[in-house]
Formats: sequence, C-alpha cells, structure tokens
Amino acid sequence: MITLSHYLIVAAIVFSLSLAGIILNRKNLIVLFMCVELMLLAVNMNFVAFSQFLGGTMGQVFVFFILTVAAAESAIGLAILVVLYRKRGTINVAELDTLKG
Amino acid sequence: MLNLPVIVFYLFAALLVGSSAMVIISRNPVRGALFLVLAFFASSVLWLLMEAEFLALALIFVYVGAVMTLFLFVVMMLDLDLVPSREGFVRYLPFGLLVMVLLVAVMIMVITPEHFRLGSIAKVTEHAEGYSNVKEIGGVLYTQYLYPFELAAIILLTAIIAAITLAFRGRQNSKTQRIDHQLAATKADRLYLVDPKEGPL
Repeated sequence: MITLSHYLIVAAIVFSLSLAGIILNRKNLIVLFMCVELMLLAVNMNFVAFSQFLGGTMGQVFVFFILTVAAAESAIGLAILVVLYRKRGTINVAELDTLKG
Repeated sequence: MLNLPVIVFYLFAALLVGSSAMVIISRNPVRGALFLVLAFFASSVLWLLMEAEFLALALIFVYVGAVMTLFLFVVMMLDLDLVPSREGFVRYLPFGLLVMVLLVAVMIMVITPEHFRLGSIAKVTEHAEGYSNVKEIGGVLYTQYLYPFELAAIILLTAIIAAITLAFRGRQNSKTQRIDHQLAATKADRLYLVDPKEGPL
C-alpha cells in the first residue's frame, strides 16, 4: 500500500539530492540552475501529495502557479546566463568576481 | 500485497531518485539536462499515480516541452570549458553527502507514519465516477483564483519581454537610422577640405 509518507519520502530524497548538488557543483552555473529546478519539483511533489491525499484542490492550484513562476524564472535566468557568457566568456562562478571589494 | 500500483510506484520512484542523482554527478551538462528530463517524466508518472492528471501533463508540457528545451539550447550554444567547473567536487563531496544524509534522516524520522499522524493515510481521496481532475482545477482556477491566474499571465509576459530584451542583439545587417549618431554629427566629422595640388589640408 502506498501511503502519503511514501511520496513525502521520495520528495525529501530528491530535495536533499538537489541540495547536495548545489553544494557539489558550485562552480557550474547551469548545473546550479538544474538543481534549483529539481528542488522545485520535489516541493511540487509534496504539494500534489498533500492535496490528493487530504482532498481539496488548493495544493494543485499552488503547483500550477509554481510551475508558471519557475518557467519565467528559468527563462530569465538562462537569458542572463547567455548575456553573461557573451560579456565574460565564462560562466564559472569562481571567475564572476567583478563586484568583489 | 505486491499489486501493480505498488510496483509502478517503486519503479518510478527509483527512476526519479536515480536520475536526479545522475543530474548532479554527470560530468557533461547536456547529459545532466537529459537526465533531468527523465526525472520530470518519472515524477509525472508518480503524479498520475496520485490521480493528479492535469498537473502531470502540465509538467510534461511545460518542463519537458519548454523549459528543458531551453536548457538544452543554452547548454549547447555556450561552448563550455568543463574542466574548471569540476574543481572542488571531490573536496566538497563528504560535506554534500553529510548534508544529504542528515536532511533525509530528519525528514524520514518526521514523516514516517509512527510520528506523523497524517502519514498513515493510505488512499488518495476517492471521487465519484466521472470525476475529472482537469474540470475541478479549471473550476477553481477561473473563479476563486482568477486574480492570481491573471497575475501569472503577467509574470509570463514580463519573462518573455525580459528574456528577449536581454538576449536580443539587434540585427547585424539592418540599415536603420541611428538618430543619436545623426544628431551628434558635427561639421568636422563630415567635411574635410582638399587642396587639388597639395593633397589634404
């Protein structure tokens, strides 16, 4: 039998994997972006699970808006990434130190 | 005990966890992006298993169809030097694993049915025959959440404008007027006098 806890545990594992990914791949901006997407996916999984197991559609409406905002965020983020690469020739986080005092 | 939904759940949960692990450890960002697509597919199946059909399909449309395509375009467009981006991976590996294990352990301790009262709910809320998840969500989305829905549309519009403005470089071969250059032109820029015998003055 699949309970609510099963879904929550899967979401927790995915969330912590993506958190570990942010710690491990802190030099590569694209992988950082992908890890943030994975985090959002894990959170959405929690929303859907609670919504479906407890009844009510509010959680799913929330997921709908999270998807919208995440799509907007990744579009703008990738555009910034392209501009950054054009200006600096790199997207290595360690080399982006223009604002460093 | 071991019926079809349970098998599907464990299969796709393992696929989801495995492909998310591959996203963070794959050396090549293109492969990472493709594994992320696989992760989205697997979680979409899990959402279908929870009978959230609309969001499962929206996840595939929005993420696999649009966002991940954008990612792949960007990753392939940028000519990345992959070696420096890997430095520090081994150094931070123990720390990353520690954070992961701690987080998972705490969450599992909290979420398991013994401690988490709601965790023992074993069934998705039952619905009458002919119930449509899409209809239900559409019903609240266009009435109760109409205002947030329109705000979401404006957010998407802003994102479109922002992304185009950031990445647009202008046509390289267009023959448009550049008003500021025309207005800033002085006599010295345009006119020079030449003596026919001696050359430029």
